[in-house]
Amino acid sequence: MRLERRADVPLALAATAPLGAILAALALSGVLIAAAGANPLEAYAAMLHGAFGSRLAITETLARATPLILTGLAAAVAFRARLWNIGGEGQLYMGALAAVWLGHSALVGLPPALGILVMMLAGMAAGAALLIGPVILRVRFGVDEVVTTLLLNFVVILFVGMMIEGPLRDPLAFGWPQSVPVDDGLLLPKLVERTRLHIGLLVAAGAALVVWVIAARTVFGMRTRAAGLSPRAAAFAGVSLPRTLVGVGLLSGALAGLAGAIEVAGLKGYVTTDLSPGYGYAGIVVAMLAALNPIGVVASALFVAVAFVGADAMSRAVGTPSFIADVIVSVSLLTMLVALLFTSYRIRR
Amino acid sequence: MSEALEILGTASLWAAVLRIATPLILGALGALICERAGVLNLGIEGIMTLGAMVGWLTVFLGADLWTGIAAAAFFGALFGLLHAMLTVPLGLSQHVAGLGITLFASSLSYYVYRLVVDVGASPPTIEPFRPLAIAGLSDIPFLGPVLFAQTAPTYLALAAVAITAYVLARTPLGLAVRMAGENPHAVEAQGLDPNAIRTGAVMVGSALMAVGGAFLTTAAFNSFFPHMVQGRGWICIALVVFAAWRPGKALLGALLFAFFDAYQLRLQHVVQGLPYQVFLMAPYLLSILALVLVSRRGRAPEALMTPYRRGER
Repeated sequence: MRLERRADVPLALAATAPLGAILAALALSGVLIAAAGANPLEAYAAMLHGAFGSRLAITETLARATPLILTGLAAAVAFRARLWNIGGEGQLYMGALAAVWLGHSALVGLPPALGILVMMLAGMAAGAALLIGPVILRVRFGVDEVVTTLLLNFVVILFVGMMIEGPLRDPLAFGWPQSVPVDDGLLLPKLVERTRLHIGLLVAAGAALVVWVIAARTVFGMRTRAAGLSPRAAAFAGVSLPRTLVGVGLLSGALAGLAGAIEVAGLKGYVTTDLSPGYGYAGIVVAMLAALNPIGVVASALFVAVAFVGADAMSRAVGTPSFIADVIVSVSLLTMLVALLFTSYRIRR
Repeated sequence: MSEALEILGTASLWAAVLRIATPLILGALGALICERAGVLNLGIEGIMTLGAMVGWLTVFLGADLWTGIAAAAFFGALFGLLHAMLTVPLGLSQHVAGLGITLFASSLSYYVYRLVVDVGASPPTIEPFRPLAIAGLSDIPFLGPVLFAQTAPTYLALAAVAITAYVLARTPLGLAVRMAGENPHAVEAQGLDPNAIRTGAVMVGSALMAVGGAFLTTAAFNSFFPHMVQGRGWICIALVVFAAWRPGKALLGALLFAFFDAYQLRLQHVVQGLPYQVFLMAPYLLSILALVLVSRRGRAPEALMTPYRRGER
């Protein structure tokens, strides 16, 4: 048995493979749901209802998809150049921290639109800054960025803890470890009143479009793809790998940082060490489910958001532990990897 | 200042170093075996979590501690097989497959744990491994309590280092594993199947990782809780680079990091005025620093992360 690269990928196969992968993942996770003594079909119905069943459910799912689109884009742009940025979680927290730091007092008094813009840019800068070290270590010393970006996640979470118990501590929070709040005037406007859905969703969707244009229509995007496909050939064609990776790293970190700034200014208004339930890590799955396609990221972020929001409803309805959401999402990643392999290769005996 | 130095002379510090090092030794050894055969196994963080859960749950459900360790090793090998299936014959990106395994193994562990155990205010506990004082030797002043009053899995980890070093360096099996990582074509030329060797190595390595995780729940602590592996797996990946892919140096690296970890814990009580998070950051930052310092010296196995397909170059 051997694998042979297909000369061209049939469109029907490319379109159905992701669907097949998700169905396979749902079937496999169904075994675990059954192990909990629940009917998998009933459980999935409860999940869909929980994610789409009411106006509130839909807005909640979209609100949850917002940071996932951005962390998914962050992973996708980096992975396209084979820059393994696994530090999205830390970059998200840095972005959130920067947003709160400026948004609490420095930007108060500016016109809200300008203040919010500066706050978002600060979040992006903070996220991007966090990747500079790992990228330099990679291109100068050949240090694998998987380990450095990952270890920095732990460092950043501790740093956030240090800040919200120290200089950025909210003295009015009755001793709860949380940061000072973003000024009320700088909170992101809601898309739908009395829900958690805010204009961050539009920003995230816009970012997906921008990233798609960069990837598909610019020289930088072309260089990125070349660097990802074959670093050696890219270098031969005159693409500077270090320069490309620095550019990719800054873009990737900025997107994850933006996720943090949007999350903090759109929802809570302050930072805690549980601001993100692992959006940075989930972003990796989102990017892979989308086969690193920026527009596909929007769809796969929605899928992951449905799993997360729906799993809570499922847990209440049929009593499965809510960790089932992470199981469904991670099994989808594995089945998707195999599905993608078979769209680009065929098996020969 | 003198108090900070005094700590260095206490046996309890050095005993703690060996204890804290144990999961790192096992994890780094497991990662090293995978990488020597040419497969990067980023599933380690998840596989350690799985080992911690399986080891604990087996004992909680009534088996003895060694059965718990064996069960952890078995399920570790199973997830190693999954990683190998994706990366060896199918040749998927070892980075992405490994991260997928980590996410899957840890979420599955939390799910199964919650399924079986009713978690109230505090997680249920088991009766863990007790320190095993070796008669005669444990009475030696200072060295006794440090070296000869550890739990049994710690001795197992030290033995595993010696065995791995011997097998890799001195046996035909070890040669085959190293060749699979350096030049799989040469393995093929010897009439052996490089993919079978890689699969076997990843399974053995993953079993060791899982035992490292099981040490946390059956010896270091007595309960299982989410996120308890806390990046130890990633530190092990860094340790392998630090060790330049050599078992003996991996042991040294694990001890060094465990020393910083144990020392920072004690320094927190001595050094006032610094947020405690600064101390907790130290092991992670040191891992990165160590990677930078040694990255140019060590040479990774030539065929690491390159899938082998017959007839393809």
